[in-house]
Amino acid sequence: MLDPDRGLSLTIARVVQRLQGSSLHSQLERQARVSLHKPEIKLESLKEDIKDFLKTSGWEKKLQNAVYSELNVFPSPCHPAAPPEHIKEPLAYMRKAQGSWEKRILKSLNSMCTELNIPLAQKRPANEQKELLNKWNEMGTDEPDLSLFRPVYAPKDFLEVLMNLRNPNYENGEQPSFRNHLGLIQVPLKVKDIPELKEGFSELGLNIGQLGIDDSAQVPPEFFENEHVRVGQKVLAEQDSAAAQQYVRQGCPTALRADLWALILNISNQPEDILYYEQLKSNVIQHNLLVDSLIYKDVKLTASNDDYYFVFEDYLYQVLLCFSRDTSVLEHFAYSSATPPKSYIQGKLGMEEYAVYYPPNGVIPFHGFSMYVAPLCFLYHEPSKLYQIFREMYVRFFFRLHSISSHPSGIVSLCLLFETLLQTHLPQLFYHLREIGAQPLRISFKWMVRAFSGYLATDQLLLLWDRILGYNSLEILAVLAAAVFAFRAVNLMEVTSLAAAEAVLADLSTLKVMPLLQIFLFATVT
Amino acid sequence: MAGKVKWVTDIEKSVLINNFEKRGWIQVAENEDWNFYWMSVQTIRNVFSVETGYRLSDDQIVNHFPNHYELTRKDLMVKNIKRYRKELEKEGSPLAEKDENGKYIYLDFVPVTFMLPADYNLFVEEFRKNPSSTWIMKPCGKAQGKGIFLINKLSQIKKWSRDSKTSSFVSQSSKEAYVISLYINNPLLIGGKKFDLRLYVLVSTYRPLRCYMYKLGFCRFCTVKYTPSTSELDNMFVHLTNVAIQKHGDDYNHIHGGKWTVSNLRLYLESTRGKEVTNKLFDEIHWIIVQSLKAVAVNASPSLTSSTANDRILKYNLINDTLNIAVPNGEIPDCKWNKSPPKEVLGNYEVLYDEEMAQSDGTDRDLRGRPGQSTGVKGSRARDSGKPVLTTWK
Repeated sequence: MLDPDRGLSLTIARVVQRLQGSSLHSQLERQARVSLHKPEIKLESLKEDIKDFLKTSGWEKKLQNAVYSELNVFPSPCHPAAPPEHIKEPLAYMRKAQGSWEKRILKSLNSMCTELNIPLAQKRPANEQKELLNKWNEMGTDEPDLSLFRPVYAPKDFLEVLMNLRNPNYENGEQPSFRNHLGLIQVPLKVKDIPELKEGFSELGLNIGQLGIDDSAQVPPEFFENEHVRVGQKVLAEQDSAAAQQYVRQGCPTALRADLWALILNISNQPEDILYYEQLKSNVIQHNLLVDSLIYKDVKLTASNDDYYFVFEDYLYQVLLCFSRDTSVLEHFAYSSATPPKSYIQGKLGMEEYAVYYPPNGVIPFHGFSMYVAPLCFLYHEPSKLYQIFREMYVRFFFRLHSISSHPSGIVSLCLLFETLLQTHLPQLFYHLREIGAQPLRISFKWMVRAFSGYLATDQLLLLWDRILGYNSLEILAVLAAAVFAFRAVNLMEVTSLAAAEAVLADLSTLKVMPLLQIFLFATVT
Repeated sequence: MAGKVKWVTDIEKSVLINNFEKRGWIQVAENEDWNFYWMSVQTIRNVFSVETGYRLSDDQIVNHFPNHYELTRKDLMVKNIKRYRKELEKEGSPLAEKDENGKYIYLDFVPVTFMLPADYNLFVEEFRKNPSSTWIMKPCGKAQGKGIFLINKLSQIKKWSRDSKTSSFVSQSSKEAYVISLYINNPLLIGGKKFDLRLYVLVSTYRPLRCYMYKLGFCRFCTVKYTPSTSELDNMFVHLTNVAIQKHGDDYNHIHGGKWTVSNLRLYLESTRGKEVTNKLFDEIHWIIVQSLKAVAVNASPSLTSSTANDRILKYNLINDTLNIAVPNGEIPDCKWNKSPPKEVLGNYEVLYDEEMAQSDGTDRDLRGRPGQSTGVKGSRARDSGKPVLTTWK
């Protein structure tokens, strides 16, 4: 058990180490030096005066936001003697399962490579580079032959793996019965129950104003909306990340959302960020990666056919192709249970000096991956900003949806949370669906893996993602999934097959997310 | 209150027929006694033409006003707007105010346009002022994007020149007349693509003007990225957004048909540009619609062909709501009733403008309200009070 002081000093040390050498650090140094010319800075009280200056000029706020960002992203330290893989994932059997899953994916990718006789990476000839540069803004019009490419995996393949997860230290001799867990996930992770969720999501309570409920046409804006917008503008003026994160729990006004999310994610689109994006773009132009074809295929299959997102097809290529080449994404593997696939230069197998990560960012896209980016196109139309927002969303949240871990926001916990909520509060429905071979998770899994993107109407999706950012957790996805089942319970009780159950839940585009969540959490008799 | 409404149509579209049948209306033939006739454009022309036409009796409704083509034929529309503006100017109406450059402040919503061949010389004069500009040629009597092309050189429209020796004198028959307008080459792009708006407006009475806008309009996107470059002038897939044309482009998608709902557009604009700008945009759109209607008369035939499943549902509901307003309670029409329908029957329509209510609300309310200057308007989310609260201008 780590004593709190020790834990705090470890955290401070880690944050300091991460911020040192960052561009913010050099900017602060520069500002401090510049301030020396100012009359209010006196030699006798140098330290205090500089600190005051940084405070009044807003630089202290920027530092606060950066620290806050670090605290949000990195997990709290465990015991100082714990090895790095424990920070990635404390449970050994989970690590093992993730490792096997990764091997499978890589095998699939390699065999596709061999079958199609396409190298994993290749430098583009000069004329192809020129052509791609010209077409950069309209790659959607390209029609490469993608018929031979298959997605490396789809969500349902991943579900099969999760269903087979077992903790070898846990022997449950009993047959599955009503007293045990009747769902597909059979690992004993701790998940919250409704009282705990109510406490955790207290700002969604019935007597608190929400966007998505209290801004509807029937409610006069004086009751809640106007004041909420005013507070939002104030938060933006103060440029305070922590305040913004608290604020968005009640939803973002559409006109403020883009800026609020950027503030929470600490994205400021500095010149060096734009430069970095341009660098990635030139990497795309110069080299062709096999995963590029997977990305093309995914966009063509999913976003291009979506009623809302087809318009942004070209932006999706511009983001995802760069994303694959972004080695800064490798940093997130320090706290993810996943490990980036390694490849060796030809002939140098096993020699670490000749190892490279493939793809450069270590993330192999799967079927539906582009749907993580698509909703963001409604908020940001400047490519480099769109890119940074997506990257930050990925390394904070989305990576947990397709890796095996015990983290409360990891997909395994979300599945278990969903099944437990349903089994506890709608036992009849759960039992009925199970009996007819329609395990609820089989239907809701794809919603959660995609964070509901492509299933909800865009304005509703954005209200949902407001709360993901506000609570810094993905648990709301599981709660919403359960709430959807609760909402359609009457119809579901009448179906007699998995196909019929799928049909009842096929169209979520008319659902209003916030009322569903509110009713499920706060207005259902437990 | 006896009898069911008797209907006729000469357009075999399921979205129409299903709506009639679900109301239990009775189908009759054209030469029989009918109450409601959904006519094609050709039939309208016959019914209202001087030689072959006939008067409608008090219990008959049709789906177009007699002079609907004043709004749909491009040359007539332009003429009407120009005339309307001059009339307002003569009356001294504040709406016709101009700025220091002579541009109308409130009524400048048509780009510089000329009729060809009639105004050819005027056009040439204007063209020479900006020789690098692009102009768009549209045939007066066609729809669905047919016959439209872009030009940037006078030689491209030689045959409309009245003095041209190479062309035989182009007859004044309306089929060959064109309008030519200054092409706006910096349109708002979304995802790099150009789009237009398809909005449905129902005019139930003309005097007093009572019109409704369907809330579920949509945007139609070009499938190819917009580029103002001159080499792409010939590529109609870049410049024209009519579905009929886009349908044949390589990238046309049959699932969503290159369309977005207006509410998506609103969400996107509010998120990326802010609420005030978005509200102002929609206010101005509504303003243009009402002013155009006032300048002229009514309606034409939107395409009732559905291109996707979603589209079919939309049009079915649209016709349903339309019939509910036009033939309230399914009663046999009586031209003497002229009441505003209650708000429950509006369905997805909302009141765009109700002249009667506007006038009874206060003749002292002056016309100073330029759309967009109001700050409290929530755009097109009507408050369901039955009053025209879309904008503050009346």
